[in-house]
Amino acid sequence: MQHLLVNFIGGAFAIASLLLLSLGLAVIYGMMGVINLAQGEFVMLGAYTVLFTAAHGLTLWLGIVLAPVVVGLIGILVERGIIRFLYGRPLDTMLATWGLSLAFIAGTTLIVGPTTEGVATPFQHLTIGEYSVAVYNIFVIGIAAASFALTWFLFRFTKIGLLARATMQNAEMVAALGVSPPRIYMLTFGFGSALAGLAGAVMAPLTGVVPTLGMAFIAKIFITVTVGSTAIFTGTLAASGIFGAVESIVAFLSTPIYGQVAMLLCALVLLRVAPQGISSLWRRHG
Amino acid sequence: MAPTRLSRTEFAIWVAAAVAVVGLPLLLPIFSIVQLTVFLIFCLLAVSLDLAWGLAGLLSFGHAAFFGVGGYAYGILAVNGLATPAALLAGGISGALLAGILGYVAFYGRVSTIFLAVMTLTVTLILLQVMGSTADPSYRIGSAVLGGYNGITNIPSLALGLPLLPSIELGPAGFFRFVGGFLIVVLALGRLMTFAPFGRILATIRENEQRTELSGYDVRWRKLAVFAASGGIAGVAGGLFASWGNFINPEVFSLSQSAQVVIWVLVGGRGLLYGAVIGALVVQALTQYLGAIGTAYTALVLGLLMVAFVLLLREGLVPTFLRLSLILPRHKTPA
Repeated sequence: MQHLLVNFIGGAFAIASLLLLSLGLAVIYGMMGVINLAQGEFVMLGAYTVLFTAAHGLTLWLGIVLAPVVVGLIGILVERGIIRFLYGRPLDTMLATWGLSLAFIAGTTLIVGPTTEGVATPFQHLTIGEYSVAVYNIFVIGIAAASFALTWFLFRFTKIGLLARATMQNAEMVAALGVSPPRIYMLTFGFGSALAGLAGAVMAPLTGVVPTLGMAFIAKIFITVTVGSTAIFTGTLAASGIFGAVESIVAFLSTPIYGQVAMLLCALVLLRVAPQGISSLWRRHG
Repeated sequence: MAPTRLSRTEFAIWVAAAVAVVGLPLLLPIFSIVQLTVFLIFCLLAVSLDLAWGLAGLLSFGHAAFFGVGGYAYGILAVNGLATPAALLAGGISGALLAGILGYVAFYGRVSTIFLAVMTLTVTLILLQVMGSTADPSYRIGSAVLGGYNGITNIPSLALGLPLLPSIELGPAGFFRFVGGFLIVVLALGRLMTFAPFGRILATIRENEQRTELSGYDVRWRKLAVFAASGGIAGVAGGLFASWGNFINPEVFSLSQSAQVVIWVLVGGRGLLYGAVIGALVVQALTQYLGAIGTAYTALVLGLLMVAFVLLLREGLVPTFLRLSLILPRHKTPA
């Protein structure tokens, strides 16, 4: 029984971290049809924000609050400087953001060096019978659930969310009604970047902080967003659920590397069965 | 309109290239020849990407994966004593198989070009981790120890020979000529294909896939065929690379290596195949120059170069140059 509970928490953590990491790109892709290859580097910059605040004697919590703000602003700069010239040319956007990703990694390495820095994990371990569970992992599950719910609420129930969804459906009509679509795109991209920054900040104590941090996550993020497709909420949630479960089960039976291989194979099969994304399995597109 | 058949200038270029490939080893010191050989191998990899991207508009971010798989296949088989030409062929087949599997999922599932790019990149990244995790000596195939991030060492060099006679290992000059000759053959065949019916249909797929389908052409197997061929050539390039350095390691699957292939073709320009060659040479020369300063600087410059070319010089060097010098009418690049 205790054994089951511990495994359940482990699986939930795998799903939650995948959801948290992928949500930002899912929003950007779902809303704008743009794949940002520098998304992993936004995660990395979020982690460095936490490291920076920790190095100045401030708490981890401040870093976690600050990271989305910092990375969101960087995202807006990137959108203004590069992405906005490339709307309607998704492959060019991918090429440009790939270049940006290389430049971010190299730039960070030049500034802070290539070493891995640690951030202390705040909570202790929780004992369940003869097992122990890191409380921080439960905290990550909470943060993932909260950011998912908040993003859903934002897009579903607020005016800005309504405008964003309207822009996605018909940008010209939105412009005719007096709202600037470029501003909506800018804010959406910034929001997606901020989510990546938050994910990086939250994951930093677990992974350590290094300029190549984004590369460790980007394969998982791509798989989840590709299979989740444009259904930002249901698709990403379902994809995270499936891949998180597959990854943790296979990783438990063999090694974390094969967990990722299993994710990839599972994604290839899913893409063949449901090329329009996983949500097309239960939803008919018009 | 692009020209409808090969010009005499192109034949002249091939002949000049063939003469250079045969003659250069007589003029240059061995060190330069060895260096140039790896440049030619990269040219071959760049040309293979241009076959998919420039001709058919299929942008793959994972050509490093086909290259690396070809290299590993060559390494594993050659270390186990298979004749090296057969191992090289096996390298090409492995590259084509991997490209074929990914292409099958992508083209027959009709997923968008974005997904093709993302999936190929993802496969590359996962191969990097898988091959990197084989450090334990128990990971071996026959007598080939995979060696984790250290890779496979002591891979035999390519040796050619007639059947029944003992084959002789090509020296640096012979290997240079072999690689150069192979590159010229691939270039020539690729250019001939551009003007053949198959190549023309690929061009229409690139320009307007829906219209091609409505005209009654099955685009799926054509895309799959060119993508697998492209992966196969990348695999052969990988085998040649493993033979060149007598080793292969997971670094070939790294993000920067994958980016480099794309940068070569992006910088050189797509569709003409010559652009890929020029791009690979220019960027590799730049990389080598910057490498003396530091690898982080190289990555920084290459990254910014990529952004700059996408934003400012979308067509790439060679098509832009040709357009400006009016040798060719405007060559359309795939979106």
